[in-house]
Amino acid sequence: MLARRNPQLNAHGELIHLLSIEGLPKDILTHILDTAANFTSVSDREVKKVPLLRGKSVFNLFFENSTRTRTTFEIAAKRLSADVINLDIAKSSASKGESLLDTIANLSAMHADMFVVRHSESGAPYLIARHCAPHVHVVNAGDGRHAHPTQGLLDMYTIRHYKKSFNELTVAVVGDIVHSRVARSDIHALTTLGVPEIRAVGPKTLVPGDLRDMGVRVCHDMREGVKDADVVIMLRLQNERMSGAMLPSAGEYFKSFGLTEDILALAKPDVIVMHPGPINRGVEIDSRVADGSHSVILPQVTFGIAVRMAVMSILAGNDA
Amino acid sequence: MKILIRNGRVVDPASGRDEAADVAIAAGRIVAIGKVPADFAPDRTIEADGCVVAPGLVDLAARLKEPGPGALESELAAAAAGGVTSLVCPPDMDPPLDEPGLVDMLKFRARKLSRCRLFPLGALTQGLAGAEITEMMALTDAGCVGFSQAEATMRDNLTLLRAMQYASTRGYAVWLRPKDPSLSGGVAASGAVATRLGLSGVPVASETIAIHTIVELVRQTVARVHFCRLSSAAGVELVRRAKAEGLPVTADVSINSLHLTDVDIGYFNSDMRVTPPLRQGKDRDALRAALADGTIDALVSDHTPVGHDDKMLPFGEATPGATGLELLLSLALKWGNESRLTLAQSLARVTSDPVRVLGEALGSLGQSAGRLVEGGVADVCVFDPQAEWQVTPEALHSRGKHTPFDAASTGTRMPGRVRHTLVAGTLAWSAATEANAA
Repeated sequence: MLARRNPQLNAHGELIHLLSIEGLPKDILTHILDTAANFTSVSDREVKKVPLLRGKSVFNLFFENSTRTRTTFEIAAKRLSADVINLDIAKSSASKGESLLDTIANLSAMHADMFVVRHSESGAPYLIARHCAPHVHVVNAGDGRHAHPTQGLLDMYTIRHYKKSFNELTVAVVGDIVHSRVARSDIHALTTLGVPEIRAVGPKTLVPGDLRDMGVRVCHDMREGVKDADVVIMLRLQNERMSGAMLPSAGEYFKSFGLTEDILALAKPDVIVMHPGPINRGVEIDSRVADGSHSVILPQVTFGIAVRMAVMSILAGNDA
Repeated sequence: MKILIRNGRVVDPASGRDEAADVAIAAGRIVAIGKVPADFAPDRTIEADGCVVAPGLVDLAARLKEPGPGALESELAAAAAGGVTSLVCPPDMDPPLDEPGLVDMLKFRARKLSRCRLFPLGALTQGLAGAEITEMMALTDAGCVGFSQAEATMRDNLTLLRAMQYASTRGYAVWLRPKDPSLSGGVAASGAVATRLGLSGVPVASETIAIHTIVELVRQTVARVHFCRLSSAAGVELVRRAKAEGLPVTADVSINSLHLTDVDIGYFNSDMRVTPPLRQGKDRDALRAALADGTIDALVSDHTPVGHDDKMLPFGEATPGATGLELLLSLALKWGNESRLTLAQSLARVTSDPVRVLGEALGSLGQSAGRLVEGGVADVCVFDPQAEWQVTPEALHSRGKHTPFDAASTGTRMPGRVRHTLVAGTLAWSAATEANAA
């Protein structure tokens, strides 16, 4: 039955890998958010460093390119005084035919302490976590469509920063939910933290009905989805989905599911607008909303560093 | 070689016989069940106290292809160790079985090993490319028992129609895995689990659209069709209706779909990556009920050895397939126990019923394979129904070590353990011999 035990937790229920928000208890999520709050001040100091990961090696393993996410992990690790090694594997080992687990074995032999993994296949970080040395911690930095837990956590941090309590919120997640690891992580986090109404909003090609099993209300109408919302999380529409069988055109998508000032006016007056970035102006979100007073898109990025510092420092303190 | 199997419980599903009896075997045939002639002098006596003496198992789907050379030896040894005395292999070998010479060679090599009877399916189209039909008559003469596209699809419905027409000219059976080419690209069954895990899905419609199409073509051609590896409740229902209409169709289900669901994927366990993908609980329940009521004719291992490196990959990149020959008996018994069937009823789906599916393609062997009858071939499986075991990869004879039923994975408790396997009256495998050798 080993394969069924939650691989993220040790026998004491402590976090040893961060692979998905799903299956993590509320107190672990809250602990991460509280720890992140303590780290926000580090970025304001003249010397932006704390020595918590001094002497530790953090390997950024990006099997799929993402300069932005990699950079935020790199900054977070450096602020914790870790040695950071960036490996753009999409361009190296994999193209030489080396298997994923061989790459991991080799890097483990270089005395890695933590792997930050981005991979195009759902579940790849689980495979790595199962086969790396016991002292190595794995952080999922995005796997296929499955999960992007640090993004989910920084979204929760952002919501908590502006809304204080989760217990009375209505949160709308809008866009390409079926292909979005961010949406899945957000939904699990919001559910665990006790948000009573989570809406998944978009056309049926991007918002399948079986999302209901994840505890969300499925809306195929933008007005209904945004009405009286406290938080609107917009998702990026990938270029390859803008035309074809999923959607006819970016234009029609914007008309039916784009976030404009008119639509946003249906939400609560103090609504916040979030987006994991990078944004497509005029595709999923109007510039006036993205740059407007309700937008917290840039603070999200800032909070992301503190949240990733929190995750890495907590993992480093727990043994398998 | 004369063999006496003593004091066993003889269970023959075809006749319903279930009684304590001795079985006498000589010159490859069963000479007596029960009253053994006083002058019968066996060269060897198998003590079968506490054991069931059953027909050897007939597995309608076992792949022998990979990995590496010597695969035939290891996989036929696995068959013998699993009590399987006849197996049907799909044509997706390397190269595909689309020429009589390849079939001759395969049958010749299998015969030399004398572990298990091998009945190949010929490729329905050349190179399994789905475009040009093969020389079905020559392939049948070489020993093919039917024609199949395995996991490959047909180019279009016209080609499928022509292939079915041509096959039906001589009454050859066409074995088809019902799947729509454009809907079957996912790595897990569509549904809540795939959505939650972010895995691409294969909708039930992939199976039902294909069955609808094939059934329509059966109505036109009256070709004999065997549906391979049903996976959904809706698929079962369509086959049930086709049978009720009197169409010449049969069907099988794999041990994986019979016992597991998509929930078993757990944390992206690549051992659960099989084709067709594991579906939901209601599908599994419908498959179990359909196997019990005969809508599904046979239970198959869908044995597909996959190398370790090809499984140690992220779920979506892992090669689909699981080892199964050595698990078939236990998983048939497990299903039978859980469904409150008699031993004879459970065993029928892996012995006499698959032989009925093969029908005339077996020739004279069809009279007695999958059965225990005096004068019939002595293909026998002796097993201990009380023994319980768990699957440990290193103990398997197959080169395929990955299975969803791995003790470390689902921890499935497996009822029943094979003690002796006889093919044509010769001991093909024996637990005792193996223990001595070790």
